[in-house]
Amino acid sequence: MMERAACLKEIARLRGDALVVAVYSTAFDWMGISPHPLNCFSIGAMGQASSIALGFAISLPYKKIVVLDGDGSLLMNLGSLVTIADIAPENLIHFVSQNGCYEANGEHPIPGHDKISFAGIARAAGYRHVKEFSDIASLQRDLPYFITQHGPNFATLHVHAGEKPALDYELIHGEAARLTFQKALREDMRKQ
Amino acid sequence: MSHAQSDGLSGAKIIVALSESHIDVVASLPDITTSHGLLWPLARQDKMQLIRVCKEDEGISICAALAMCERRSVMLMQQTGLFDSLNAVRGIAVEYNLPVCMLVGVLGKQPEIPAREHKKYSVRIVEPVLKAMEIDHLYIENDRDIPLIQKAIGRAYELSRPLVILFGRRLTP
Repeated sequence: MMERAACLKEIARLRGDALVVAVYSTAFDWMGISPHPLNCFSIGAMGQASSIALGFAISLPYKKIVVLDGDGSLLMNLGSLVTIADIAPENLIHFVSQNGCYEANGEHPIPGHDKISFAGIARAAGYRHVKEFSDIASLQRDLPYFITQHGPNFATLHVHAGEKPALDYELIHGEAARLTFQKALREDMRKQ
Repeated sequence: MSHAQSDGLSGAKIIVALSESHIDVVASLPDITTSHGLLWPLARQDKMQLIRVCKEDEGISICAALAMCERRSVMLMQQTGLFDSLNAVRGIAVEYNLPVCMLVGVLGKQPEIPAREHKKYSVRIVEPVLKAMEIDHLYIENDRDIPLIQKAIGRAYELSRPLVILFGRRLTP
């Protein structure tokens, strides 16, 4: 079991110019770890991060698109694993932080928290490369190669939450944040 | 026979209208109202990319991301799927002010009966729900209505607002 923030730091180290779609508690951690204009925070329609990321991956095939999903979020949109595998965007990397609970909503357990294998579902859906990480040493060793492989790729990060971030939804998800992201996205597209 | 009963709704003409609206991606779930006349013909052409989704809210999110990347798309579904995806429509299309355009086959609608007077609850409530959500919408029920599609899609992108186009009769190819 790893601390989520420690995992995110490893991903941030290898981020490059990737567009990152992050959800809920992970998004708040990520905002502090890897502040970047191409951070898209998917809050409000829970579960939709992977589908939003698929739209970006289709539109921007030259750019790495990283999803930082949560286990509760992904449970709300499991079908997106099948859709993503069907479209098979090579530039999409899908991480799910599996802590077994709805952390942002009172830490109630997710259904099947002690049984479910998201990696197993992703593999069966048809993701090209699938990994599970439970210790930081393995993540540090394998992540650099994992993210260079043609996707769609999926990795489960077995985590516990660590420090509780302050959940300032207006800051992360308000109109100003959305406009900042969309402006940065347009500027980035024009550079290509 | 009333005028509404005497004519039809051509999927081929709708595809032309989508193409002239610069739509290049269609996300979809099958709906019997549009299956034969629109979705199968879309599946057999290669000008627009067809993305088959498992659930309608996926399509809303995909179209939203495409819109942010300045690409034009539509989500094709049944009104039951629209109802199922309303939180994504609210949280992403409406609150992000994105021109997510939805093409919705209204199962059970008969063109000669106004939707709001329809016996079927699932038909009658479509427009009131969209009105309550402040979403622009219009019914397309025969070929004469088809020019409205391009105008409505153009307006949705111009104003960056979601749009629902309702098909009130079964389409022919």
